[in-house]
Amino acid sequence: MQNNKKGTVDKIWDFFASIKLAIFVFTAIGITSIVGTIIEQNAEPEKNIRLLSKMFGSSYASDIYRLVDAIGLNNMYHSWWFIALLFLFVSNLLICSLERLPSIIKILKEPQKPIEQENFEGLPIRHKLTMKQDLQGAVQRLSSVMQKAGFKFYEHREGDLVQLYAEAGRYSRFGVYITHLSILLLFIGVVIGIFMGFNGYLNLLEGTSSSVAYLANGKEINLGFDIRCDDFEVSFYEGTDTPKAYRSVLVVLEQGKEILRKDIEVNTPLRYKGITFYQSSFGFAPSPQSLFHFRIASKSNKIQEIKIPFDETFIIPDTKVKVKISDFTPALGVDESGKLFTYADSMYNPAVLLEFHEGNRVINRQWVIKRYPHTWVFPEGTIEFVDLWGSQYTGLQVRKDPGVWIVYVACLIMSVGLYMSFFMSHRRLWILLRSTGKETEVMIGGWSNKYRASLAAKIQGMVDSITSK
Amino acid sequence: MDSSDFFGLSAIAYILSMILYISFLVFKKETIGIVATTFAALGLLAHTIAFALRWKEFYEIGKMGILRAVPLTNLYESLIFFVWCLIVGYLIVEWKYKNRSFGAFITPIAGMALAFADISGMSKDIHPLVPALQSNWLLAHVTMSFISYAAFAISFATAIMYLAMVSDNKKSLSYIFWTAILGIFTVVLIAMGIDFLTFKVAGLSHKAFLKSYLFKATFRSESTMISIISYIAAIAALLGFWSLGVGIKRFISPFSITAEQLDDLTYKCIAVGFPVFTLGGLIFGAVWADQAWGRYWSWDPKETWSLITWFVYAFYIHARLLRGWRGIKIAIVALVGFISTIFTYLGVNLLLSGLHSYGSM
Repeated sequence: MQNNKKGTVDKIWDFFASIKLAIFVFTAIGITSIVGTIIEQNAEPEKNIRLLSKMFGSSYASDIYRLVDAIGLNNMYHSWWFIALLFLFVSNLLICSLERLPSIIKILKEPQKPIEQENFEGLPIRHKLTMKQDLQGAVQRLSSVMQKAGFKFYEHREGDLVQLYAEAGRYSRFGVYITHLSILLLFIGVVIGIFMGFNGYLNLLEGTSSSVAYLANGKEINLGFDIRCDDFEVSFYEGTDTPKAYRSVLVVLEQGKEILRKDIEVNTPLRYKGITFYQSSFGFAPSPQSLFHFRIASKSNKIQEIKIPFDETFIIPDTKVKVKISDFTPALGVDESGKLFTYADSMYNPAVLLEFHEGNRVINRQWVIKRYPHTWVFPEGTIEFVDLWGSQYTGLQVRKDPGVWIVYVACLIMSVGLYMSFFMSHRRLWILLRSTGKETEVMIGGWSNKYRASLAAKIQGMVDSITSK
Repeated sequence: MDSSDFFGLSAIAYILSMILYISFLVFKKETIGIVATTFAALGLLAHTIAFALRWKEFYEIGKMGILRAVPLTNLYESLIFFVWCLIVGYLIVEWKYKNRSFGAFITPIAGMALAFADISGMSKDIHPLVPALQSNWLLAHVTMSFISYAAFAISFATAIMYLAMVSDNKKSLSYIFWTAILGIFTVVLIAMGIDFLTFKVAGLSHKAFLKSYLFKATFRSESTMISIISYIAAIAALLGFWSLGVGIKRFISPFSITAEQLDDLTYKCIAVGFPVFTLGGLIFGAVWADQAWGRYWSWDPKETWSLITWFVYAFYIHARLLRGWRGIKIAIVALVGFISTIFTYLGVNLLLSGLHSYGSM
């Protein structure tokens, strides 16, 4: 019974440690990932059915789509079997590393030993030369050459044979395990993020606040504080409709008190109590409460800011002229014949049509366009259309991910591991000296676990510096 | 002169050096080789000046930090930068190995990238940065990605050379595979050359294809006849490569380079490309995505294909170091790796949609 049980554990262990599993998992993840990039993920069925009918003909498309749907290929990366594949990958990686680790530790624990002469011939890099110096002089000279080459060496004497030997980059052999470990750690971070965090969204109209965010399935998540959007604004590169920045002014409130205020943009999110708010989208949703914000400079240069709803009027300072807003568009364009039209339903180029009244008479009508200062000018002064405040909402991605710092640490460790594995090598060097009277016979041998050519070049350099004098 | 003039000069120099490197391989006249290297180096000089100028122009348009004004924000700029990395990498290899035979296999990749940039109708204008790209990560992520792509491109060329030298059994799959790859590569290059001559030099029916005239002179020609002839010619070329591929060895072998050296060089390029790709392409990309979108990984097609490429090269490294794979088998893996790289880079942008859409034309 006991034996049998151990056998099973061994079998499972061997299964996870096998290269066959590794190849299977690599291939399976690779092929399924490719399929996942072709079939659009989380898309409406029609899109993928159209794609499938292009590939297999329209008569099979809907049947194939049913199959695709059943296996979860349209949300593949979150399907149970793809996640299972990823787990297989990590287990395989872990067990393969554990399998090989003891033997490497054993190698590394043993200090480098002087080499036996018969083993010298087996070294991949070997040089033999004669120095016209006595043994003592030769040892001294070689010691200094080795030091210059960056090797910390040991000396060993046995009869008339002197050995200088040195080792470098021993710990680089852990590089591969550090890299593997980092992948494992990365997965731990990802899993923590999935189970202990959330990924939601929140649309906030200018001037409104919320204490919750929403998951993709519509479920509410309590933030534990309030978040308010005071303003949202798209700025454009001059003279174009290319957006330069999307900016939201966000305020964090606790029990109604303002705690933190920050402008966020696409690459600068707001973090508070482990929850991060990212600028991800925006939209236009005007309401009767939206306020037209004007900055008026009268002839006497008095500047006044006013905010009024659509149906109210205002009077230009120092005059009797009453101004009424008679039309608004979020994006005013001019077509080839000079006609005005609205070309988008978000605030690309907002404009208001102002109607100037003196008594009961309409004396002027003019479009004031936010992005064109020359349209702000009137005989009575300038009226700048600053904003239609309360008409835009900012689309925020709201995320809590307690595992993300583990992912970052894992990435850092991975970089170190990769550097050790690819740019360092474990090198060993032996120099054997034997006196032949006035001269000294020298044998230099080297070994390295990789990049042998670079060690060979280094040793060649040492040999050259000895022989050239 | 502005950046586009210098880009033009460098492109001409690279194309000339490509032709010279191929003639050098065929005629083996040392002088041709020296001239080829000179043109490559001059092209690189003009290219570097152009890059610096474009950076400056971009900086003046965008009016943001100098590090954020790196001109690597669309497909055209990235292709051009890829060529720059490739030529730098190539010249290093040529200098280290004191061997010019690689040139004939590596410079065509540069030529292909340049031709593609020119005839596919992609936008060459400088566009100001959209908000998502306004980050210092842009510089690190994109430059490192392209350094690794260039390293992979060199490994592809050396792997092809290796296979040309050792795989000569016409019935073996590996032989069919490498001659087919080399054949497709050559056919595409020649087809783009014909496009270039027809539409750019002769200026025929230019207006008809405002966007792209890629393969419009051959496979995608309006005349069915030309299109069919092109396909027949392409298939004939592939068969030609298959039947004459054994002869390519004769061109390479006089250049005192052994198959082992090529195998070793392939590995070395991947050993440089892989960690740079992991760090710059995957890790920096993930960190940036985390900053900008709030997700370090979202299985977007570009990310997924990067991961697939990463798996292929991880497989290469493990098969080689752990299982001791050498020779033909491992060279094939290197070819597959670069095909996957090309798809990650171009295929995803041209065929699949996703977050990296500003990389499209």
